[in-house]
Amino acid sequence: VTPRTPDIDYAAISPLIALTAGTCIVLLTGLLRAAFVRNHLVPALTVVCLLVVAGLGVWQWGGNTDVISGALRMDDLTLALTMIFAAGGIGATLLAWRGVAPREAGHGEFHALLLACVLGMVILVAAQNLIAVFIGYELLSIPLYVLCATELRRERSLESGLKYLIIGSVGSATLLYGLAFLYGATASTDFSGIAQAIDAKGLSGDVLLLTGIALTVTGLAFKASIAPFHQWTPDVYEGAPTPVTAFMAVATKAAALGVLLRMFDVALIGTATTWAPALATLAVATIVIGNVGALGQSSLKRLLAYSSVAQAGYMLAGVIVTTRLGIAATVFYLFAYLLMNLAAFAVVVVRERETDLGDDIASLHGLGADRPWLAWPMTVAMLSFAGFPLTAGFFGKITLIQSLVDNGYAWLGVVIVLGSALSLAYYLKVIAAVWMRAPGETAGVGAGANAARLTPGGRPVIAGGAPEGEDGTPAAADPGPAPVADANASLRRLRHPEVVFVAIVCTIGTLFFGVFPAPLLDVARDAGAALADLL
Amino acid sequence: MSGDLTIHLSILLYWPAAFAMLGAIAPRRAAPLMALIGALIPLGYGIVLLLDFDAGRSATLQYVTDAQWIPSLGIRYKLGIDGLNLWLVALTTLLFAASALWIAFRPVERPRLFAFHLGVAETAVLGAFLAQDLGLFVGFFDLMLVPFYFLVGQWGGPARVAATLKMVIYTLVGSLLMLAAAVATATLADARPGGGISFVLSDLAGHPLGESAQRWIFVAFALAFLIKMPAFPFHGWMPDAYRNMPLPVLAVFSAVLSKVAAYGFLRIVLPIFPDATVDFQTTLLIIGLLSIVYGSAMAFTTTEIRLVLGYSSVAQLGFILLGIFSLRPEGAQGAVLQMVNHGLVVAPLFFIIALLAERSAGSESIRDMGGIAFRGPVLATVFLIVSLATLAIPGSANFVGEFLILLGLFQSKQAIAIIAFAGVAMASVYMLRAYIRTMHNRTGAGVTSRDLGVRDGLVIVPLVVLILAFAIYPQAALHDGEGGTKAAVRKAQAVAAGKPRPDVAQLPPETSP
Repeated sequence: VTPRTPDIDYAAISPLIALTAGTCIVLLTGLLRAAFVRNHLVPALTVVCLLVVAGLGVWQWGGNTDVISGALRMDDLTLALTMIFAAGGIGATLLAWRGVAPREAGHGEFHALLLACVLGMVILVAAQNLIAVFIGYELLSIPLYVLCATELRRERSLESGLKYLIIGSVGSATLLYGLAFLYGATASTDFSGIAQAIDAKGLSGDVLLLTGIALTVTGLAFKASIAPFHQWTPDVYEGAPTPVTAFMAVATKAAALGVLLRMFDVALIGTATTWAPALATLAVATIVIGNVGALGQSSLKRLLAYSSVAQAGYMLAGVIVTTRLGIAATVFYLFAYLLMNLAAFAVVVVRERETDLGDDIASLHGLGADRPWLAWPMTVAMLSFAGFPLTAGFFGKITLIQSLVDNGYAWLGVVIVLGSALSLAYYLKVIAAVWMRAPGETAGVGAGANAARLTPGGRPVIAGGAPEGEDGTPAAADPGPAPVADANASLRRLRHPEVVFVAIVCTIGTLFFGVFPAPLLDVARDAGAALADLL
Repeated sequence: MSGDLTIHLSILLYWPAAFAMLGAIAPRRAAPLMALIGALIPLGYGIVLLLDFDAGRSATLQYVTDAQWIPSLGIRYKLGIDGLNLWLVALTTLLFAASALWIAFRPVERPRLFAFHLGVAETAVLGAFLAQDLGLFVGFFDLMLVPFYFLVGQWGGPARVAATLKMVIYTLVGSLLMLAAAVATATLADARPGGGISFVLSDLAGHPLGESAQRWIFVAFALAFLIKMPAFPFHGWMPDAYRNMPLPVLAVFSAVLSKVAAYGFLRIVLPIFPDATVDFQTTLLIIGLLSIVYGSAMAFTTTEIRLVLGYSSVAQLGFILLGIFSLRPEGAQGAVLQMVNHGLVVAPLFFIIALLAERSAGSESIRDMGGIAFRGPVLATVFLIVSLATLAIPGSANFVGEFLILLGLFQSKQAIAIIAFAGVAMASVYMLRAYIRTMHNRTGAGVTSRDLGVRDGLVIVPLVVLILAFAIYPQAALHDGEGGTKAAVRKAQAVAAGKPRPDVAQLPPETSP
């Protein structure tokens, strides 16, 4: 017997290799002393690494190979989601470029954690067995707990990290328990094995299996912030540094929905009749709770958090229909969701830096008159969230509804549009703040009212500990809180080019795919076709 | 890109938006000029289309643009003109041009943004009229709302933000339901020649759905259109929106947007859901009737002159609804004619309101007006002509329109037609009341009477001349429209004739089968 060397498909796992290598390189580069290296080279390397990952994804497109003894599968669904993670990571890196979080936590650490998190997401959505699911889930979660708390001098950030850690751990534990039940019921950890066991043994009504499914749903619902497991979302989103919030909103959501697609539309497809009604109920609850919760919010980050809950409800509908069309709809919606969220968060980041109102909705007042380059991205993002035509969100809704009607869930489509109608109340409130109030209306009232509320949460100027002359640029480019009126008067010139760049690129993307969705639809369709067993 | 591609309708469609964008980056002073060019060229196109249109083939689409757009969703970029939308397209281009001219003479704040939104609005409205694909129609229909949201919210009256929010949410509840219904229609019909999903209207009309699916889809579409019109009892957004909308915007909004909804019934609902149309015929007729009665009653009593017109529009659209749901060619023809008539009278009326308010110290309450005719004979004449046309005095085109509507209605539902006659009389009450209380009577406290200025005359007089010309020769529109409207009602008429009247009180099922 000749010893067999493991047969490794390096090409297929190249995105994983790139991410792992990138994590190490970024971490080590962050140890260098030169300020330029830490402040600019590290984020630049992070962006390059993520670009390489996305590029490798394009290279491997259509490969559909099982890797690592069938534990992972690098198919088009994985790769499409990988591109979303990479784009989300790039967006977050750019938003954080001159932010407080990397400076306080250490640039190397911050960006290495970000990359590790992306690695976890890729493993999670590529997973083909229960063990890989759990590894991916934890690898994604643990760096995020830390990232949430990276603004070390701000109580809210620490609170957010701690909250996320505790609730996330409950989610992990529940998931692990559920996975154990699934294994117990089917005697297999492989998705294909589980699917075969369900068919062969007629397990669809098995108590052990149903318990396992229920616990698994719960565990994953925590990550995807599906109601009623969403309660952490507004608090954590609000407290976390805004770039991290943007990353969580975009990438974590995509990862959680990706693994839901894999588990439910592959492993548990044989028992769809039992879990589909339950998930449909959850989707309806999520849509209602998310949209109603967002109505009264005056903090933009909380508003976007609730909106992300509602959007998770829409996308969950794509999981429920268990067709390729449904998967394609979910993937398309995730792409649209990525673009509009990054645009919105980019504007929030700029306004947090420029005004002393933090992420309050009042920080947007007068934006339309003074800063059209920020006003339009926010406007387009909100219109896209609401599903207006000419934006990617419109076709997101159309594809979702199409997949729902196609498989007899027309009523859920109606729920989605009614939810969207409800959501207009708060999306349009944001647009009204941008365009329909003069900046003067804010300065006195808003600032006064918010000064008290934001005292602990307001963004502090780094004093003492972090030397101001660290490299000169952040301190100069990032002035301390200034009265709104002054800020508006003096900030007409481009102040945060990389953040505004993110906002504008995402806006152009939203509009482009709102007019020519065909290329993105093709990508989504390929991703849907990756799950061969579906209709 | 494949298939037929004549470029003309696309130029007409995108010209206003393109110039709006140019205007947005042009120097501030050039913005009104850009807006004017952006509106006048489409007007030229509209006139050429009227002259060039082949009325003999009124029922077939002409100048068709048909190209692949989103193959995987089955949505095509298909535009076309037939007898149904020809005059409505021309009306749209005319009224937007009038509005742009008005703005060119009376500078607004932030003119570039204003012109931008107005241009986008024109493109969206034209798109909704021209679209021959359900997906495209729904897109433009929803898109129409966006510029008006901004126009009201930024340039409106004191309660503008609340009013615009109310308007958008009200109308979008309907529109979004329509979106779901439209996708459901295409998915369930599976109508692409050779299999697959198609949103093209002609494909959908050839593959009727089952009756139960038709019903809930019909309800969603009807709701969207009735809210947009607005018809009683879906008009809740109207008073606030009308109060706060800037007048040049209100002129196009009231004249054109409500017509898109009425047109939607003829273009989409009647041909694609004929069975459900017949099932719900009586319900819709009653809604039309209630709109007439309620709109007229409110128009008698309100003292805000904008709302007199707002409620009169509710009543007028009630008539149009009656004409459409008479399911007779005469009624539908009358409805299309009446859409054009109403647009043609209501736009100058709103411009006149602006002039009246200027003469009564900014007040728009008819209590503060009176005696404005004293030194303004031309203004008084113009206003009188438009008022008489609005109340459909014999000899006006509006009279012909209402006559045809009632004729059609008599053939299908006599009882409703008899009640509807009362509506004709009520129109004269509220219009004459508004005219007398503003132009005659005792001179109001703050009123300074002066005549129509040259610039204002340039906007209003051409419209009045057109009203007169149309009164003399309404045949022009009727002739062009005949084939198109006949084709629109043919199926529903056949269904109505072919089967016993079903019970209309049945509620639609919540979901598809």
